[in-house]
Amino acid sequence: MKIIIKNGHIIDPSQGIDGVGDILIEDGKIKEISTQHSALSTSSSAHRTIDAIGLYVLPGLIDMHTHLRDPGFEYKETIKTGTKAAVKGGFTTVCCMPNTYPVNDNASVTEFIIRKAAQEGHCTVLPIGAITKGQKGEELAEIGTMRNEGCIAFSDDGRPVMNSLMMRRALEYSKAFNVPIISHCEDLTLSEDGVMNEGLLSVTLGLKGIPSEAEEIMVYRDLSLSKLTGGRLHIAHVSTEGSVKLIRDAKKRGVNVTAETCPHYFSITEDAVTGYDTNAKVNPPLRTERDIKAIKEGLQDGTIDVIATDHAPHHMDEKLQEFDKSPSGISGLETALGLSLRLVEGGILTMGQLIEKMALNPARILGIKRGTLQTDTNADVVLLDMNREFTVEVDRFLSKGKNTPFRGWILKGMPVITISKGRIYEWQ
Amino acid sequence: MLNRKDLLGIKELSKDEINLILDTAAGFKDVLGRDIKKVPTLRGKTAVNLFFEPSTRTRTSFELAAKRLSTDVINFSVPTSSVVKGESLIDTALTVQALGADFIIIRHSSAGVPHLLAKKLRASVINAGDGTNEHPTQALLDAFTIREKKGRIEGLEIAIVGDIIHSRVAKSNIYCLTKLGARVRLIGPPTLIPEEIRGTGVEVFHDMEAGLKDADVVIMLRIQMERQGKGFFPSTEEYSKNWGLTAERFSLAKDDAIVMHPGPMNRGIEITSEIADGPRSVILEQVTNGLAVRMAVMYLLAGVKR
Amino acid sequence: MRGRFFYGVKMPKELMNKKDIDRALTRIAHEIIEKNKGIERLGLVGIQRGGVHLARRLASKIKDIEKKDIPVGLLDIGFYRDDLNIRKEQPVIRKTEVPFEVTDLKIILVDDVLFTGRSIRAALDALIDLGRPAAIQLAVLIDRGHRELPIKADYVGKNIPTALSETVEVHLEEEGLEDRVILEKVDTER
Ligand SMILES: [Zn+2]
Repeated sequence: MKIIIKNGHIIDPSQGIDGVGDILIEDGKIKEISTQHSALSTSSSAHRTIDAIGLYVLPGLIDMHTHLRDPGFEYKETIKTGTKAAVKGGFTTVCCMPNTYPVNDNASVTEFIIRKAAQEGHCTVLPIGAITKGQKGEELAEIGTMRNEGCIAFSDDGRPVMNSLMMRRALEYSKAFNVPIISHCEDLTLSEDGVMNEGLLSVTLGLKGIPSEAEEIMVYRDLSLSKLTGGRLHIAHVSTEGSVKLIRDAKKRGVNVTAETCPHYFSITEDAVTGYDTNAKVNPPLRTERDIKAIKEGLQDGTIDVIATDHAPHHMDEKLQEFDKSPSGISGLETALGLSLRLVEGGILTMGQLIEKMALNPARILGIKRGTLQTDTNADVVLLDMNREFTVEVDRFLSKGKNTPFRGWILKGMPVITISKGRIYEWQ
Repeated sequence: MLNRKDLLGIKELSKDEINLILDTAAGFKDVLGRDIKKVPTLRGKTAVNLFFEPSTRTRTSFELAAKRLSTDVINFSVPTSSVVKGESLIDTALTVQALGADFIIIRHSSAGVPHLLAKKLRASVINAGDGTNEHPTQALLDAFTIREKKGRIEGLEIAIVGDIIHSRVAKSNIYCLTKLGARVRLIGPPTLIPEEIRGTGVEVFHDMEAGLKDADVVIMLRIQMERQGKGFFPSTEEYSKNWGLTAERFSLAKDDAIVMHPGPMNRGIEITSEIADGPRSVILEQVTNGLAVRMAVMYLLAGVKR
Repeated sequence: MRGRFFYGVKMPKELMNKKDIDRALTRIAHEIIEKNKGIERLGLVGIQRGGVHLARRLASKIKDIEKKDIPVGLLDIGFYRDDLNIRKEQPVIRKTEVPFEVTDLKIILVDDVLFTGRSIRAALDALIDLGRPAAIQLAVLIDRGHRELPIKADYVGKNIPTALSETVEVHLEEEGLEDRVILEKVDTER
């Protein structure tokens, strides 16, 4: 099967390509890529020719922080629905967090996820294994065995590894398998049962606050432990100005660290919680304008390497509870690209830099040959129409999770075609 | 006019709306002083006390207020029994509405529950205390009492003493009294007064004597014993020594200062009996005024606006 | 400009002027004294707001005649209205202040306009909740007809037949206006 994508604006930071050209796909692989200076050698015999005039042609995006909820919480999301939502959002690879039921803390769960994803997944699913058994922070999980089964990173996400010695061991031990440890930075003793950012708003809403320091103390601890051990540390969902500064400083000192943030941390502030909207309840919590500014600077100067979704779907009934009882999380796969493109519109990032944050850098951090349009790689391709606007309507979400604070937002830039796992998805 | 379906908090009210409620309450207070303490105003209406947290005082006050207005009252206590059975909050509230409730008076340990339910219900929702957010009718009755005793609220120096961060009474009082033009001072240990609260336009004192100086009104808050275990203060003895209201300390306030307490009091801890039962205590009048204010709120919310 | 009165806006019609009102009240004062054979055990209660001013005026006229004070009370009927469920906005509650024991007194209720009778029904309930008067009589400045309840005034300043589409307004000096009674046609296309 041959597919030709013609005359699109190709952006592939991995090869330094930013210009109009054609791509030939054969048997699910990128066969040939050409820019205006060199025409494709075999142009006539394609089964399908896609006219991409006026469209961006991008490597499929990689989300290195997704909660697919499968196994165990299929009422929130399944591998099938989650990957379909991913493909609609422009992602062709998602890395699923291990806080399922049972927890992905052993090779049999990893195997289950990979097998199910192979059968039902609309995009590639790469599991992230738990650092500790049951994510309890007490005993190291079988990182090596899970690595062999297909886990590409390790994290207790949803919870921090509170015990510093355990975190030290994880960073040390993981070196043998060259896998990153993804840290959900939260000092639970300080955040206690907080439900939103701590500040005047939390006081006036009568909601228990989580100070920025609850994140920053752990960021500092983990940076220190990474320096001590040389282990590969990846900081998940950076939400505060202080964290950006700590990571920037650590990178200058040569600490082996990378970091991600999520669209909601640079798009909205804690104000979204006003009126007790549980759709704006997320952990870490939405912060302030000042933090947004710092995160944008961090994205701009490379302190923050990755934009991930932290896609955390929940059932509607769960979000219809008391604010402090309702679970944290935002369903993010279908809004992430649209929200992130606002950074390009706002001059924070170039289109090329955005693709680095959403495809190339995740691939590099995870050590996978993806996020690129190089020949002989998987044909994971997204065609993006920057002239298409869409309104965020949860009824049209393919994800089971309708929990988003961006309901009603008008976003510019929509994938019109996603090519994933050899299939062509066309979106209206 | 009070053109709203619900009373969720003082935050949402304008100064004019607060004054309208207080003026209307004055009319109801007259009624309470008569032999026949009941008016047919809201005859045929039904009010439901939906209390997810026990509170005999507030519940009784709303119950009596409703009865004085000739409204039928049902007490629907949810002592976690339904919750244990797994019935959701919304389902419980919809059930109560299906009983024909025109007013649903809600007390809940989580902030924002009245707001959540108000969006889902046709009935008027009255917040009778939600977590550490607000307790609007308490603030209104406090303002009513102050206005009655002092003739005004604007320009008064009003001290609120105690566990501010966990107190919905304090929060509602801050919004209410500052909107009415009083100067509000908060007094207590720094662990119980968040720094950010200065953003509401109040003054903060950690020293009781300095904070009480020349105050017109002193509002004492109940100290929760369980805060002690959480490190907010080391012991009730130490708390009492530093922030308890004694006669000696109260003498620092103006000569005609009044003292208030939302109840129930911890005598000998945040307030001595000498003060609580003294001539300048208006604590029992607060209870009576609570009825008048709650009648006024129900009356004003009963207009047709849907 | 002049022509506008011939089309569209209706010219308000004056039914009573200052003199007419004063004469009517003087007459009512005499009738009250006559009917009750003096003012022994008599009290005036004005219905907020217009009735209150009229009750005070009547009290002063009665004093001129009898050289004795007659007690005056103020009654707000807001709590007793029967239209609370259908009004957009709740009526403002004004003061009820009846500074004398109504039980066993003859009470003259005073109102400005008698129309459907519903306000008087509410006032009767309000009054009875204050005690058990020996008798209740009703004095009004205007009776405009259209009764919906079996209520009749004992003393009437002026009977004015009206259409339902018309309104009757009593302006009084106490409210900062010139004393007069006006009939106005309500614009039905409103
Ligand atoms: Zn996390």
